[in-house]
Amino acid sequence: MFEQLKTATPLETVNVTLDGVAITLPKGMTLAAALLVHGAYPLRTSPVQGPDGPKQRAPYCMMGVCFECLVEIDGKPNQQSCLAQVRDGMVVNRQDGAPDIKGDRT
Amino acid sequence: MIDLIIIGAGPAGMTAALTAQECGLKVVVLDEQLRPGGQIYRNVLDTSKDTILGPDYFDGRTLAQRFLASGVDYRPGAQVWRIDDDGVCFTGPDGASILRARHVLLAVGAMERPVPTRGWTLPGVMTAGAAQIMLKASGVVAPNAVFIGSGPLLFLIVAQYLRAGVAVKAVLETTPRGNYASALRHAGGALRGWRYVRKGMGMLSEIRRAGVRIEKIDSYTLAGRDHLETVDYVVAGQARQIGCDTALIHQGVIPAVQASLSSGCAHDWNAAQVAWLPKADASGRTDKDWLRVAGDCRGIAGALSAQLSGELAALAIAQDQNRVTADEIAARTKRVRAKLNTDNAVRPFLDQLYLPRPDLLAPTNDDVTICRCELVTRGQIRQAVSEGCPGPNQMKAFTRSGMGPCQGRMCGPVVTQTMAAMTGLSPAAVGHYRIRSPFRPVTLHEMAQCAEAPDQKAT
Ligand code: FES
Repeated sequence: MFEQLKTATPLETVNVTLDGVAITLPKGMTLAAALLVHGAYPLRTSPVQGPDGPKQRAPYCMMGVCFECLVEIDGKPNQQSCLAQVRDGMVVNRQDGAPDIKGDRT
Repeated sequence: MIDLIIIGAGPAGMTAALTAQECGLKVVVLDEQLRPGGQIYRNVLDTSKDTILGPDYFDGRTLAQRFLASGVDYRPGAQVWRIDDDGVCFTGPDGASILRARHVLLAVGAMERPVPTRGWTLPGVMTAGAAQIMLKASGVVAPNAVFIGSGPLLFLIVAQYLRAGVAVKAVLETTPRGNYASALRHAGGALRGWRYVRKGMGMLSEIRRAGVRIEKIDSYTLAGRDHLETVDYVVAGQARQIGCDTALIHQGVIPAVQASLSSGCAHDWNAAQVAWLPKADASGRTDKDWLRVAGDCRGIAGALSAQLSGELAALAIAQDQNRVTADEIAARTKRVRAKLNTDNAVRPFLDQLYLPRPDLLAPTNDDVTICRCELVTRGQIRQAVSEGCPGPNQMKAFTRSGMGPCQGRMCGPVVTQTMAAMTGLSPAAVGHYRIRSPFRPVTLHEMAQCAEAPDQKAT
């Protein structure tokens, strides 16, 4: 599993809410990498069901190609966490299967 | 009016921007990353990992510094989702907008070649490129990972892990044995590009000196329930197994063609690189005269060639816009082309040496997932072909392959090659998915923002 390089200088951390729980993550780190190090893994379940139910998924390419790293960020669903950076006060929710249709999004 | 929109701030995009600016063009650079460098020079202004990443990496630093100091209109964090002759639509930190320019240059680089095998969708399986991006951008590593595949980038990341003191559990190399002999046909190029060959050999011996054995394997599968647990592989006819939670796989990189495909410009199947390449002349001009391509997105050639092709494209665009005359740039163009030829000399040798095994390009087991987003297996593709599905576009309707959020970026090349293998047609005859705008998922709100504020930021 992923961890920060032992030799790296410790990064300043900021407060993030993950699935409703307050956690701290390194400021400015790529969100997908920070979530992997935090242990938020697998990251989501597939919206499409296989013969034996939804599939567990996690970031694959880290370069914006595969769309396996999708999370909800600050209320916006399906954001690529490998293209986002950790910000103070960020609210992240993991996506479980297909989304509900909500009427209140702008 | 903007003269030139460049998409991508890697080696090709940055060099093109500097060259175009020098010729008096008004340039805007859109890049999806937050810092310049592209993937190869990702986070290159950070000096903290120089001893791990090696001198090839910080070669890009001066370029990134010059780029940032140039005053070019650079917009990081801009995700482009539509490119056409009437403008480029993108979503940036402040929402979506549209920019218009006389010319557009795509410098969007490469992506990892998708390598569908059993278990490749399991959490814990990532590309070697992903591992390298995490190391460069975030200082994050996966101790005790198993590296599987072929090609210089695989060995580079292994060497970088070892330099960083990160334990490597195993390196399983899939390069077909026959490739060594067939690559010798291009020995002349290898000699001209000796610098690259020597670097590669240096990397291999660095790995061996660190006590890591590179095992040559015949095949592998990845297995686990909810995440990766084992790698099963065959060495000289013998089945083996390693327990591990992370496998980093690599079979080379291919041009990122989603944007160029969506613009409707012509592409050719390139058998040597086993990939689609936009059809372009020496200056990167496609069959649409407003659109050029430079760097790895026009054919894999590496960082130095990317810079040179970015320079050539920018010079040609400046000439198209009458900022320079053919005479003024003739000597420079000739010099850059000569350098490009020298730098590219090794490419046919490398392409042949690291040509992936056929079953890693087009899986042969029916239970292998080909479309990761929509969970479409090779068996479903075979079924559709047997029912008369004539091509990749119809395959979308038959199976939903290519219809998920990645919009066929991952399964596109695999579906083409799998259908080619099943029908006996060439990949060129099978064709590729028709890619349409928006080529990234966007909201209606973002589209409306573009419609409301045309040219808002263009003046
Ligand atoms: S990990 Fe592939 S798109 Fe983010």
